[in-house]
Amino acid sequence: MEALEILFTASLWAAAIRIASPLIFGTLGELICERAGVLNLGIEGIMTAGAFSGWLAVFLGGDLWLGVAVAALVGAVLGLLHGFLVVPLGLSQHVTGIGITLLATALSYYAYRLAFPEVTSPPKIEPFQPFPVPVLSDIPVLGPALFQQTPLTYLAFIMVGLVSWFLYRTPAGLAVRTVGENPAAAEAQGMNVTTVRLLAVMAGSALMGIGGSFITLSAFNSFFFEMTNGRGWICIALVVFGAWRPGKALLGAILFGLFDAYQLRLQQLAGAVVPYQLFLMLPFVMSIIALIVMSRRVAYPRALMVPYRKGER
Amino acid sequence: MRLEPREQQTVALSFGLPMLALIFSMAVCAGLVMLSGASPFQVFGLMIKGAMGSQFALLETLTRATPLIFTGLAAAVAFRAKLWNIGAEAQLYIGAVMTAVLGTGLLPLPWPLLWPVLMFSAMLGGALVLSIPTLLKTRFGVDEVVTTLLLNFIILLFVSMLLEGLLKDPMGLGWPQSKKVIADAQLPRLITGKRLHLGFVVAIAAAVIMWVIDRRSALGYEMRAVGHNAKAAHFAGIPVNRVLAKTALLSGGLAGLAGWSEVTGLKGNLTLDLSPGFGYTGIVVAMLAMLHPLGVIAAAIFVAAVFVGADAMSRTAGVPSYIAHVMVAVSLLAMVTAIMLTRYRVRWR
Repeated sequence: MEALEILFTASLWAAAIRIASPLIFGTLGELICERAGVLNLGIEGIMTAGAFSGWLAVFLGGDLWLGVAVAALVGAVLGLLHGFLVVPLGLSQHVTGIGITLLATALSYYAYRLAFPEVTSPPKIEPFQPFPVPVLSDIPVLGPALFQQTPLTYLAFIMVGLVSWFLYRTPAGLAVRTVGENPAAAEAQGMNVTTVRLLAVMAGSALMGIGGSFITLSAFNSFFFEMTNGRGWICIALVVFGAWRPGKALLGAILFGLFDAYQLRLQQLAGAVVPYQLFLMLPFVMSIIALIVMSRRVAYPRALMVPYRKGER
Repeated sequence: MRLEPREQQTVALSFGLPMLALIFSMAVCAGLVMLSGASPFQVFGLMIKGAMGSQFALLETLTRATPLIFTGLAAAVAFRAKLWNIGAEAQLYIGAVMTAVLGTGLLPLPWPLLWPVLMFSAMLGGALVLSIPTLLKTRFGVDEVVTTLLLNFIILLFVSMLLEGLLKDPMGLGWPQSKKVIADAQLPRLITGKRLHLGFVVAIAAAVIMWVIDRRSALGYEMRAVGHNAKAAHFAGIPVNRVLAKTALLSGGLAGLAGWSEVTGLKGNLTLDLSPGFGYTGIVVAMLAMLHPLGVIAAAIFVAAVFVGADAMSRTAGVPSYIAHVMVAVSLLAMVTAIMLTRYRVRWR
C-alpha cells in the first residue's frame, strides 16, 4: 500500500523531473545527430567531458552559466572530431563513437588528476539553486514537481520545444532530416550533405555537453570518476524509444526519471528484503525492454549509419 | 574534400600509415605531458622502462596482456562479422562467475578434469550473455551496440549482488569477494615466483585457433561474408542469422575465457575490480590489430605495455597514469583513420 502512496507524492515527481533533466539534453543531442544520419556513441564520453569542463570552469571562478557554455563548447568540439571522422572520412560510426567516448573520458580524468593531484574529497562548487516560478509553483502537487526546479531543468524543457520547432519548422531542420533520410536527394536539392551533417553532430554534441554539466552543476556540486554512469547509453535507448521525435523522447525521459525515482524509494522501503542491486539494475533492464517493444514500430532515419560519398550508390 | 579508392594498396602505405598513426598518438600525449610540466622524453623513457626495461616489467606487461588477448579476440571475431559486441566486459565477468561458482569446491575434481570443465563453463557463460543481444538483433532488429552496453551495467550489478550474497566468502572479513578457487583449479605460474601464468599460453593458443578458423574454415568465410555485406551473403545462400549466432558464441566464449584466466591464473578469486575495463580495451586491441587474430597478440602486448608503463611512470614522474587511457584512445582513432587511408586517397578540390 505504501508503495502505491509514494506515486502520489510531489517529491517523487520532482525527483523524476530532476533525474530526467540530463537525459533530456542528452537524448535531444543524440536525436539531432541521428536525424542527420550519424550515430553518436561518443555521448557517454561527451557527457563526462561536459560534466568535468563545466564544473572546472565554475570552480576556477566562472559564473554557473559560463560553466554551461563551456560544457556546450567542449561538447561541440568533440562532436566536430566525431563528425569529421565519420562524415567526410566515412569511418565506422560504431568504432569511432566508442573511441570518442574513451578519449573524452580519458582526457577528463587526466585533466582532473592534473588539476587536483592529491585530493581526498572532491572539491565543491556552489551549484544551481531551485528557482520557484512565481504563481505556477504554488499549484498543489504540480507546482513543487514542475516549477521548483533549477534553471537548467527549465532550459531542458525549453530545448524540447526549440528542437521540435527547429526540426519541423525551419529550413535548416528540414535539411537535417533530409540528409538523414536521403542524402542523395538532399544533394540534388543543392544541400551540402557533409556540412549539414557536421553541423548537426556539433549541435547535438553541444547539447550532450550541457546534459553532462547538469550532473555537476545542478544535481551534484563536485566532479568524481564514473559519475556519468551509463546515462549516455540510456539516452541512446531513449532516442529509439521516442521514435526519433523530441516530444516522445521527452515523455520517455520523464517516464524513465519517474521509474528511477520510484525504484530509489522502493529501495528504502524493501531494501532489507531485496538486494539493492536489483533496483539499480531496473533502469537498464527497462531500457532494453523499451528497445524491444519499440523495435518493430519505429521508422528510423533511413540513412542512419550510412556514410555518404558523392557519386557512390 | 572527397575520398577516392586507391587502385592498389602498396606495402609502404600499409605499414607506413599505421606507424604514422602511432607516432601521431605519441605526439598528442607528448603535448599533454608537457601540460603537466614534465618532459615528454623523460616520461616516455620511464614508460618504456616500466613496461619492458627489466624482466619483472616485461613479465608484468605479458601478464596484463593476457586478458586483453582474449577480449581483443572476442571483439575481433565479432567485428569481423559486423556484430558490434561492446559487452565483453559483462561476458568476462560472467566467465569469472562461472569459474568462481564451480571452481571454489563445488566440483572436487583433479586438475586434468577440472580445467576443461571450468574453461568450458566460462565460455558457455560468456557465450550465453552475448546470445541475448544477438537474439534481440536477429529476432527484433534491436541494435546490439546499445543492448551489449546496457548489459555491462546490469551484469556488473549482478556480480556485485552475488559477491554480497551467494558467492560471498564468509572468511572474507566482510569484503565483497568470493572464496579462493581450489588448488586444482589454479593455473600454474610460467616462472616460479612471477605472476605470468599459463593463461598467457592459452591466450596465444586461442589466437592461433581463431586465425585458423578465420582463414581455413567455412565458418570463417561465412563470418567475413556476413560482415562484408549481409544482404549479399543472404542471397548467396549463407544463413546470416545462424552465422551471427555462431559468431556470438565464439566472441562471448573468448571474453568468458578472459574471466576464467584472470581468476584461476592471477587473482585466485572473484572481486568487483577483477577487470579495469579489459572488455572495452579489447575493442581498441582488435582495431589496432586490424581484426587479425595473430595481430591481436601484438596489439594486446602493446596496449598492456602502455598501461603498465604508465603505472610505473606515474609513480616516479607524477604525471597521472590516465595518460595511458588517452594514448590508447587516440591510437584507436588514429589507427582506424590510417587503415581507411591505405584504401582511399583524399582529393582536395
